[in-house]
Amino acid sequence: MSDAILDIEGLHKNFGGVVATENVNLSVERGEIHAIIGPNGAGKTTLIAQLSGQLRPNSGSIRFEGRDITTLSMASRARAGLARSFQITSVILPMTLLENVMLAVQGTSGHSFGFWSPVREDGKMTDAAMESLTRVGLDNRADQLAGSVSHGEQRQLEVAITLAMNPRLLLLDEPMAGMGKEETGHMVEILKALKGDKSILLVEHDMDAVFNMADRLSVLVNGHIIATDTVENIRNNAEVQRAYLGDEHA
Amino acid sequence: MQLLSTRRGLFYTALLVFLAIAPWVFQWIDQPFYLDLLSRALILGIAAVSLNLILGYGGMVSLGHAAYIGIGAYCVGIPAYYDFYSGWLHIGLALSVSAVFALITGAICLRTKGVYFIMITMAFSQMVYYTFLSLEEYGADDGLVIYLRSEFPTWLSMDGAFSLYYWILGVLLLSLYFVHRLIHARFGRVIVGAKFNELRLQSLGVNTYRYRLTCYVISAMICSLAGVLLGNFTSFISPEMMGWTRSGELIFMVIMGGVSTVLGPLLGTISFVLLEEWLAAITVYWHLIFGVLLVVLVLYGKGGLDGLLGLMDRGKKSS
Ligand SMILES: Nc1ncnc2c1ncn2[C@@H]1O[C@H](COP(=O)(O)OP(=O)(O)OP(=O)(O)O)[C@@H](O)[C@H]1O
Ligand SMILES: [Mg+2]
Repeated sequence: MSDAILDIEGLHKNFGGVVATENVNLSVERGEIHAIIGPNGAGKTTLIAQLSGQLRPNSGSIRFEGRDITTLSMASRARAGLARSFQITSVILPMTLLENVMLAVQGTSGHSFGFWSPVREDGKMTDAAMESLTRVGLDNRADQLAGSVSHGEQRQLEVAITLAMNPRLLLLDEPMAGMGKEETGHMVEILKALKGDKSILLVEHDMDAVFNMADRLSVLVNGHIIATDTVENIRNNAEVQRAYLGDEHA
Repeated sequence: MQLLSTRRGLFYTALLVFLAIAPWVFQWIDQPFYLDLLSRALILGIAAVSLNLILGYGGMVSLGHAAYIGIGAYCVGIPAYYDFYSGWLHIGLALSVSAVFALITGAICLRTKGVYFIMITMAFSQMVYYTFLSLEEYGADDGLVIYLRSEFPTWLSMDGAFSLYYWILGVLLLSLYFVHRLIHARFGRVIVGAKFNELRLQSLGVNTYRYRLTCYVISAMICSLAGVLLGNFTSFISPEMMGWTRSGELIFMVIMGGVSTVLGPLLGTISFVLLEEWLAAITVYWHLIFGVLLVVLVLYGKGGLDGLLGLMDRGKKSS
């Protein structure tokens, strides 16, 4: 076997008559940023949901670091080192940014049957959480409520939360969705800085961003992967251009 | 909460000081009935604090919590019926029976969400209700008289209205402090987080079901202590005290006081009991007026009475 951190084989998922994932084979190498592109409704989020354990595939297998995790719960996968961010921002709005990130630190560091000591006074946890916030440039917003910061900052918080889980593989579902040009540029820098250290499976619509940072690309159309290759080769792949990229990038 | 530095804090400090000296005040003004009223309010306060733990902090709306008051009370009544009066036995029994019952029923209830959760918690409590209703040996719907209070060493004795009152106050304060600690500890953070976004918590590696179930059991155990005290207080227990309408009243008390605030539910129960008493004295239609007041409070009094107290401080800051 290669040096893959994630290995997906023959994955299949349908919702009644709608086939959302069809015989997907895919691997993510250690330390690479592997991007998934594809039109709306291609099944990108559904794929991420199966990898994170939110949805059970109908068939196929998922191996993470050589271990079969196909039937593992979402929580167990998170503790095993697989972190997922949501396409639709899913932070806890009535909590502060710091509290949000601290929950991520807490969830992946031991059990939570602590009934007595205030979490706020746990220096180690606070430090770890602040480090993640600093990494995405939100440290000066730590004590604001997640509901009170901008959409772009909520997206950055989403990424800070996944980082705080100290994962080895990040599953990021459109982290730049709805961001402005400048914010997108900032996020690209954040993710590029993780390269080598973390492995990333990235779903993204912004082509410039993807071409800028991805090592490899897979193109998903109607639940199928029609191509997986280096960014260079995908750019020159006629089939991909017909199916997805259109004239704009031709 | 910073006591004394806000009006809300001041109010609660004053309330707690008053609760500490209330029996002497009532004796001084020669109104022993008030002590009865307050004792009852504080017992319900313990139940409301326990309910608030799952309802307010955990977002688990149980319409069956009165069952645990009933279980606690019968854990005094049934042993007493066989002449077992040891207070530790009563408390130990109440805590363990409620824990086991909550663990089994909670394990099932927590597989459901929203309205289903409300209905199934109610169904289980009605099961307990009808079980006691059918137990002829223990008085069925006629109830059971408890002739003596639970026995404790002299310095902890429950005999006499004052001692019982301080027992109630003691258990209440311990429950409040425990809930306060719990909510800020790792356990509480997970419970509160799961209320807002359970999927997110799971994605962070938290097995939310386990923690919610534990929370449900803890809440039931605290509530059973209210039952033990209620049994001792009324010296008469009957299935009526655990009907679903009782559970509904508990929910109202919590909402009225302010969900997911530590002291709100206490404020809610005291106001509830006083209001009920006062309205019943001036009109036979008090149920109607009471209902309207509750609806208004739920619709417009965001944060309940505790929220209104908070408004006083907001006014202060902006002025
Ligand atoms: N829970 C569900 N029940 C039924 N159908 C679903 C469900 N979730 C997704 N689908 C369908 O599966 C297909 C794939 O949806 P998915 O959200 O994975 O697409 P996507 O590639 O993430 O799209 P987008 O770019 O808009 O985010 C769509 O046809 C969608 O309607
Ligand atoms: Mg999607």
